[in-house]
Amino acid sequence: MTDHAIMLRSALTETPTVQRWLIAVALLFLAFFLFLPLFAVFSEAFRNGVGAWWEAIIEPDALAAIRLTLLVAAISVPLNMVFGIAAAWAIAKFEFRGKAFLITLIDLPFSVSPVISGLVYVLLFGSGSLLGPWLKSYGIEILFAVPGIVLATIFVTFPFVARELIPVMQDQGTSDEEAALSLGASGWQTFRHVTLPNIRWGLLYGVLLCNARAMGEFGAVSVVSGHIRGLTDTMPLHIEILYNEYNFAAAFAVASLLVGLALVTLVLKTAIELRFAD
Amino acid sequence: MDLGIQNVSKAFGATAALRDVSLSIETGELVALLGPSGSGKTTLLRLIAGLETPSAGAVFFGDEEASRRSVQERQVGFVFQHYALFRHMTVLENVAFGLTIRPRHSRPSKQEIERRALDLISLVQLSGLEGRYPQQLSGGQRQRVALARAMAIEPKVLLLDEPFGALDAQVRKDLRHWLLEIHERTHYTTLFVTHDQEEALELANRVVVMNEGQIVQIGTPDEVYDHPAVPFVHRFIGESSELPVRVENGQIWFDDCPTGLASDRAGSGLLFFRPHQVEIAPEGSRCLAARVIGSRRLAGTRRLELSVGQSNRHVEIDVPLEHPVAQKQVVFFRPKVWTLFPTGDKEQARPETVGAKLVFPRSAAGGTLRHYEPSVS
Amino acid sequence: MTAAVSSSRWRFREPGVIPGFGLTFGFAVCYLSLVILIPLSGLVWRSSTLGWQDFWSLASDPRTLSALKVSFGSALLAALINSVFGLVVAWVLVRYRFPGRRIVDAVVDLPFALPTAVAGIALATLYAPNGIIGAQLAGLGFKVAFTPAGIVVALVFVGLPFIVRTVQPVLADVDREVEEAAATLGASRLKIVVRVLLPGLLPAILTGFAMALARGIGEYGSVIFIAGNIPYFSEIAPLLIVIRLEEFNYAAATAVGVVMLSISFLMLLLINLIQSWSRRRYGS
Repeated sequence: MTDHAIMLRSALTETPTVQRWLIAVALLFLAFFLFLPLFAVFSEAFRNGVGAWWEAIIEPDALAAIRLTLLVAAISVPLNMVFGIAAAWAIAKFEFRGKAFLITLIDLPFSVSPVISGLVYVLLFGSGSLLGPWLKSYGIEILFAVPGIVLATIFVTFPFVARELIPVMQDQGTSDEEAALSLGASGWQTFRHVTLPNIRWGLLYGVLLCNARAMGEFGAVSVVSGHIRGLTDTMPLHIEILYNEYNFAAAFAVASLLVGLALVTLVLKTAIELRFAD
Repeated sequence: MDLGIQNVSKAFGATAALRDVSLSIETGELVALLGPSGSGKTTLLRLIAGLETPSAGAVFFGDEEASRRSVQERQVGFVFQHYALFRHMTVLENVAFGLTIRPRHSRPSKQEIERRALDLISLVQLSGLEGRYPQQLSGGQRQRVALARAMAIEPKVLLLDEPFGALDAQVRKDLRHWLLEIHERTHYTTLFVTHDQEEALELANRVVVMNEGQIVQIGTPDEVYDHPAVPFVHRFIGESSELPVRVENGQIWFDDCPTGLASDRAGSGLLFFRPHQVEIAPEGSRCLAARVIGSRRLAGTRRLELSVGQSNRHVEIDVPLEHPVAQKQVVFFRPKVWTLFPTGDKEQARPETVGAKLVFPRSAAGGTLRHYEPSVS
Repeated sequence: MTAAVSSSRWRFREPGVIPGFGLTFGFAVCYLSLVILIPLSGLVWRSSTLGWQDFWSLASDPRTLSALKVSFGSALLAALINSVFGLVVAWVLVRYRFPGRRIVDAVVDLPFALPTAVAGIALATLYAPNGIIGAQLAGLGFKVAFTPAGIVVALVFVGLPFIVRTVQPVLADVDREVEEAAATLGASRLKIVVRVLLPGLLPAILTGFAMALARGIGEYGSVIFIAGNIPYFSEIAPLLIVIRLEEFNYAAATAVGVVMLSISFLMLLLINLIQSWSRRRYGS
């Protein structure tokens, strides 16, 4: 390489030594905080062999926790998806007063502590409230039961789909929809055949993140669940119980399932991004 | 300071961006690098600035070879096509940047830096806007900030990459006059890249026409317009029509008909002429006969689209608006000014131009200062 | 935007041809109110029934103050650490090419996708005195797990993607011409980075910092396993709410909750201010 080429490179980028150092720092940092925890979960989960891992998963309370987690996600994710699409449609396709404020409100659960998300439902439906005892007189249990867990999960996972869709829809503008309408399509047909195909990858990503959080939520659910083993324990709560009982191998075995979910989420996300990049 | 480019080539991977380019520019010149996109003109500009490294050849600043100088040391003022202003800095901070980042021993005092920056801001007629951020300026204003910033380091040479490329037509026109005025005042050796021939012809003392990584002609605006060296230049600069012809017995023949034009060359060639440099000939005289296949109104003239000869070659000529010929189906005409490019025979590769006036190179300096009224607010 | 031109009459919505505004807007607002706003206002209403005196004595209880201090302090430190290393990670991912870059890029999102409880037990196991990292650190005389340092470790994990993902797109958008312009003006590489690039990234870094801070203050799941939860030492505010709830001391839980909610609102306001400031000045 000529003198000038070397000088030019040093003017417009860092020297190779600096680059190597920065890459090393970044990788080391990520190793300590991201890769090692990942590795720890699997090494602890399989410490006593695959058999023990399997035992921990098919244990009745663990199965009950898995079932409950799937149920909660199956209710809360579609609800938040419908909300996300509706909110994104209203925000991205129309100009109205107070739009920025509405977006801020949608973002609110992101900055509220999950424990507070649980707390508000305890205050709303707990024994000291007006609503709780009244519902109880009709035999409806919210707190320390499945409905409470679903509500807390919805609160926490509320913004994910909307947050993902709003920028995607805003980027696309309104001309496609206007074209479809001018060609005689109905509102629903326009959404179904024009808007939805445009946003499907953003929607999928939002749903994936929403689902990962819904299945993994701990703080909010912990407050409203009441920790009744086999009944109101979701997977994360079950992990906590096992861990506090010093049953580490079983705790990590259940945790490894959630790590698997997280990894699948990341792989799908990367696949979607690669698709977009083409 | 004189600028020399000697046998410079530049390849990006397998594609050659520049092929054996040589050029020398004298102090105070205002030179245009003109060519279609992909002709290598921006690459040449970046090589001079030191933003690219030549694959072969050398760049000289005066007598000194520049390859030992880094971008930072070359002291060139580079104005980027999209201005590349620092958006977190005000206009004043942008213009002063080149001075404030100097090492302490060569850095002027704070007051001096501010004074010089404000002088430049007033030179580019942006006084009062020094506290604004780039986002708060119009395109034309940003362009002027970029120029002031480049001039702040008292550059040895000023390089402008498509300086007006991103602007509206009207702003472009205004800024052209204004750039000429700045050049006449400062006399910085200036090299600018453009794909707009009108811009190159209007502004430059000399035009360097580039195509496919090579310089195809260097000359004054008059020279490149009136005496194009190669067919490409005739086609690229100004409007042109062309016909394949043959020269026999001192006569130029097209499709077995004499055209009424004389040449002492023999062999085949390409006859080039411009639509406005033709004359309507009387029927029966030696000239070109053509069918009219279209007629358009062009500002002050009428443009006829013609089909010539049996081979149906399309050419265009301009006639006065009220000329009766516009109503006819057949037109007889003869180019007044034309250029013949021989094809095939290398011995006679030099083109022959007939009818064009003598050209006088425009002087680099001098001329009157034009008054400039900024129309951008 | 066009309101001022087309008519001076106050209008809630600009007219347009696209249908469905009433349906989608109505549904979104109802759902938002039911799920978020009404429950949250329930918290505020509950605290207002406490009376100012009671609220103040509950909120200024030494254990509460200590827990808030631990939460805020460790979140602040973690956000600062993340600002530095997150910037390095974003820089490396955007600017350099190295084997495994795609995988690293994907894994940065892990804290978004991984349940906090799982992160908590994994970090606790690693950084405990008998864990892989904890044992090494213990040899050097550092105790991380079951101290406030452990809380910072958990919050660094949780907050990392906020910085990386806000800085990354802005850095990728930086026009190379801007760096070239600075170089032609005579700036050395170091000066280009410090005077041109970093100031341009500042709004993104600040936004990511505020988001990581907000998340860190409220974080619960990943912290409680590694913190040790010793009152007045390594007990975080969200845990104190849980403890008060388990004691059926709803008043105290509400008081701490309202303080934390106010902090959340302040952070949200801060983030919006940073963004509108940067939009006004830099136009993006």
